[in-house]
Amino acid sequence: MATQLSGKAPRRARGEVLHDGFLRHAGFRWLKAATLICILSIASYMLVDVTPRHNGGSWYGYTMGTIGVLLILWLTLLGLRKRAMTRGRWSLKAWTSAHVYLGLSLIVIATLHTGFQLGWNVHTLAYALMMLVILSGLFGITVYATLPAALSNNRAEMTQVQMLDAVRAIDRQLHDAAQPLPHDKAALVRQSLEQDPFGGTLLSRLSGRYPRCATAKAQAALRHWTGDQPDTGNDPLERIDALLERKQAMLARLRRHLRLKALLEIWLYVHVPATFALLAALTAHIVSVFFYW
Amino acid sequence: MTDRVRIAIVGSGPAGLSAAARAAQLGLSHLLIEKTDHLSDTIFKYQKGKHVMATPSQLVLRSDCDFEAGKRESILDRWNAQAAEQGVNVAYRCEVKAITGTGDPIPGSIQKIVERKRDGTTDTKEIQRLAPPYRLSLSDGRDIIADAVIMAIGTQGNPNLMRVPGADLPHVQYQLDDPAAYNDEHIFVVGTGDAGIENALGLAADEAQGNAVTILNRSTEFASAKAANVKALMAAAETGRLSIMTEATTAKIEPGFITLDSRDGEVKLKCDRIIARMGSAPPRAFVESCGIEFTSGDRLAFPKLSPVFESTAPGIFVIGALAGYPLIKHCMNQGYDVVEYINGNRDLKPADEPILAAKFAALPEKKSVDQWLEFLRGNVSILEGLSPLQMREFMLDSEVRAYRKGDLIFEKYDPGSSLFGVAQGQALVEVSPTLNVPIDQGSIFGEVGLISGRRRGATVRAGADSIMVEVSRTAALKLMSSNPPAKRAITRISTERQLLQLFGAGLTPADLTEVLDTAEIKTVKAGEHVITEGDTGTDIYVIRVGSMIVEKKIGGKNVFLSYLPAGSYVGEMALISGGPRTATVKATVKSEVIKLNGDAFARLMAAKPALLERARRDMASRQDVNAFIESRKDSFSTVVDMYSETAKFLVDNGIGEATDVLLIDEHLCVGCDNCEKACADSHDGLSRLDREAGRTYAHLHVPTSCRHCEHPHCMADCPPNAIHRGPDGEVFIDDTCIGCGNCQRNCPYGVIRMDSVPPKKPGLLSWMFFGQGPGPGEPSKKWRYKNAEPGVEKPKKAIKCDMCSGIEGGPACVRACPTGAAIRVAPEDFLTVARLDREAN
Repeated sequence: MATQLSGKAPRRARGEVLHDGFLRHAGFRWLKAATLICILSIASYMLVDVTPRHNGGSWYGYTMGTIGVLLILWLTLLGLRKRAMTRGRWSLKAWTSAHVYLGLSLIVIATLHTGFQLGWNVHTLAYALMMLVILSGLFGITVYATLPAALSNNRAEMTQVQMLDAVRAIDRQLHDAAQPLPHDKAALVRQSLEQDPFGGTLLSRLSGRYPRCATAKAQAALRHWTGDQPDTGNDPLERIDALLERKQAMLARLRRHLRLKALLEIWLYVHVPATFALLAALTAHIVSVFFYW
Repeated sequence: MTDRVRIAIVGSGPAGLSAAARAAQLGLSHLLIEKTDHLSDTIFKYQKGKHVMATPSQLVLRSDCDFEAGKRESILDRWNAQAAEQGVNVAYRCEVKAITGTGDPIPGSIQKIVERKRDGTTDTKEIQRLAPPYRLSLSDGRDIIADAVIMAIGTQGNPNLMRVPGADLPHVQYQLDDPAAYNDEHIFVVGTGDAGIENALGLAADEAQGNAVTILNRSTEFASAKAANVKALMAAAETGRLSIMTEATTAKIEPGFITLDSRDGEVKLKCDRIIARMGSAPPRAFVESCGIEFTSGDRLAFPKLSPVFESTAPGIFVIGALAGYPLIKHCMNQGYDVVEYINGNRDLKPADEPILAAKFAALPEKKSVDQWLEFLRGNVSILEGLSPLQMREFMLDSEVRAYRKGDLIFEKYDPGSSLFGVAQGQALVEVSPTLNVPIDQGSIFGEVGLISGRRRGATVRAGADSIMVEVSRTAALKLMSSNPPAKRAITRISTERQLLQLFGAGLTPADLTEVLDTAEIKTVKAGEHVITEGDTGTDIYVIRVGSMIVEKKIGGKNVFLSYLPAGSYVGEMALISGGPRTATVKATVKSEVIKLNGDAFARLMAAKPALLERARRDMASRQDVNAFIESRKDSFSTVVDMYSETAKFLVDNGIGEATDVLLIDEHLCVGCDNCEKACADSHDGLSRLDREAGRTYAHLHVPTSCRHCEHPHCMADCPPNAIHRGPDGEVFIDDTCIGCGNCQRNCPYGVIRMDSVPPKKPGLLSWMFFGQGPGPGEPSKKWRYKNAEPGVEKPKKAIKCDMCSGIEGGPACVRACPTGAAIRVAPEDFLTVARLDREAN
């Protein structure tokens, strides 16, 4: 290429611009680390002979348990790391990458720690809670990997605030256009104006389906009335129909937006509380183990 | 009736008023003559409530009237009170018709007044100057005899007038005091400078006023207005609040109607009011008739003055805007100084003396300020043309330093936009570890940083015990615009250096003489072609300012080949291997190129085999890229398309003038806004980026965040000069920001916001465990309001990204992205074919 005289200071390593997501971070460094840990754990499980059989109370079981607890505590710290904007050369992406792969390796470490001895007790409760955390995390990885592009496509360069403003602008026009209407028809439009279009259950939010949408109802009724009349171009109902059509489209986009955002966040509402439950159960597990030593 | 006074002061603006107040304090008989019925008409005519700024901040005010930044009203009130208190003698509603000497003819002092006529001929009148005292004939019939006259009439009182039939009708006005005073009128604004646009917007701002506002533009472009104003005007026109008529001129004005010559012929429109804002100029004819000569025939030239502001007519002094000093503080100091001088105080040092003395204090030799100024002016070639007054002003913005032999002046890759002049000694430029190029006394260095806005290209040390002047970018630009020989000298030296540095290969300045003599600096508009594919031509272009992209037509489509930042050269391929141009090179932003004559360059290459070798190498790597793209076009045509389109999208979004830009990969962004939160938590609780806003193409999102432009638009008009480029190349705003909002309006990317620092939040752990405070990120308006320190109103200042300078670890937005979606890139790193290869995989 043509020669550059200006040469940038080597502040940023070349090639860094070819960026990676958290899963591919640094050539799958943490995937490799986690795999190695799993292989070592399984191999040692096979090789170490514990009598009468593998269990959490053997020296091997204690070792795996200690590693597991330390890992869990470290994994929990991601929540702090994310929010504490301290100075220094750290990258949250690297932390996330390590969090994901080391978290997955816990499945192996903790399972080997149990020696496959499960039952209806506080110990197994801790194990189950941990698996719940990991499963919700797996769901999180899946949505993080698949949904962002859809979120970006759907919003088409609009921000959430702009979308809401657009709906409000249509509402104002609807309000003005509905003034000449007779009472019963105006009531339908008013319903569309008054209803919170995103109200409803969590299920609506996650599925993006709002069966009680007043805007859709108003438009259906309007179509029913105007269906057999010719479009003369100056009927206020036709204008309202067009406005409702636009509102529907904007609502659909917004609802998709909210649905995607909800899916990207919902798992955290399991992941994080389950983590705290896990920490509590883990404390009970450890205390009881040492208490009954 | 004839009065006699010691000093007559014409014009009661800041300069005249300050002079009159000084005269009153000294007990000198004086008369302050004011055309209108109030003091300081220019400031009086500012829009109501306008914030008046007090710049330059480092200048000490020396006047009997107070002045500090504040509202127009409070400043005028204080001046009125102080004028009355000090017993200033004012003649209101009084205009000076003529000023003539009453003494003997001054031998040899004959003034030539050249009058230019419309047909191009000139008429020269010669006037014999007469010695003071002067007779001032006033419009109220009085005559005043004055020993000395101070002209402080400014330029604003002399607006350019409309010259069409009916222009003298009462509904034609040249100013707009209060846009809210007009309702339900058809108003035409003539002139599309900033004043015209601001007036038009003001009149149309409130729909309830019911005004139908039309702004007339003689041409199709709005060249003389600030970009932000033009944008606002276009937006207002789009929403139908006002209309813009281009290519329209006024033909005739009648009561109630205006007739326009437009593209479609003559049209007569309803019109209740015309507001003409067509600029102002010094009232030259009047000033010249008083015996005052101007520096040149240029319409905007200033009068010739001595260091004490005395004009060519002895005893007549010119100060303030008419003398070329539009800033209020300068004006007030000049008023004081001139009266002291007239009163016989010859030892008064200018108010800036202590500032300059401090600058020279650290130098090894002890000299007076005047001696130092003369020393620098005499020793640095580009300063030769400056007057002692200009030299003082110049030094206020510059630094002077002594270096011992071997001292580091700046290092390669340092950011820096200042220019150095060698006043004594020698500088050594380290071109390579074994080669030092000396720069001798009188010459300059560092000019590449000044012109291209990029980092230093080489390390420079002092070659002997030296004294260097460091000229800030603003001072250097001012110098270049006010002093054409200095500009020519800097341009020639910088072109020579740029070529030497670019081509290296053992060239010496002597080798380049022919190439430089035929070189030409061209300004290229954004999108304009420098080289067009298929054309013949062998000239070589060096990009001096701005950046370019290289495109090639492959299969009927323009494919993006590469991005060239300032400091690159193009065009060698056709010169070396002959044949037509193989690719198109066009500017991404307004740029400047040095065009080198192909034949002259070919001769140079023939004489210098090393240069030819170098050019061949560069050409080979470029051909590799061409071949690479060609080879990909069949197998990965969609990928190539994608790459070209993405590159175009980024260039359209201002990446072409960026040095460092935040991009978000929307394949990865989960919308957690942790980048914004991290930004706020790293900077006083205010986020400098808006992740969601901004353009997106192919999931590559350019959020609203500073691009650290190569030539920052925000820097263009910062009254306290608070915007700088910092050590990592970041453009930042320092604490001297006065909150005027100019940078916000000038930024084409909308990345600057005006806000006050929110109250301090409780720590993260108290939020996590006890729910105290608003948590990470920018606190809500509500929380800020509730927790604000009562009774303290914090000023709103401009805030923008500073690339987290001074924060270890670098930009917080990138560090805090959990998925790796946020990246910061330099355009030349990002827009390379390397990406294409990767995306193909």
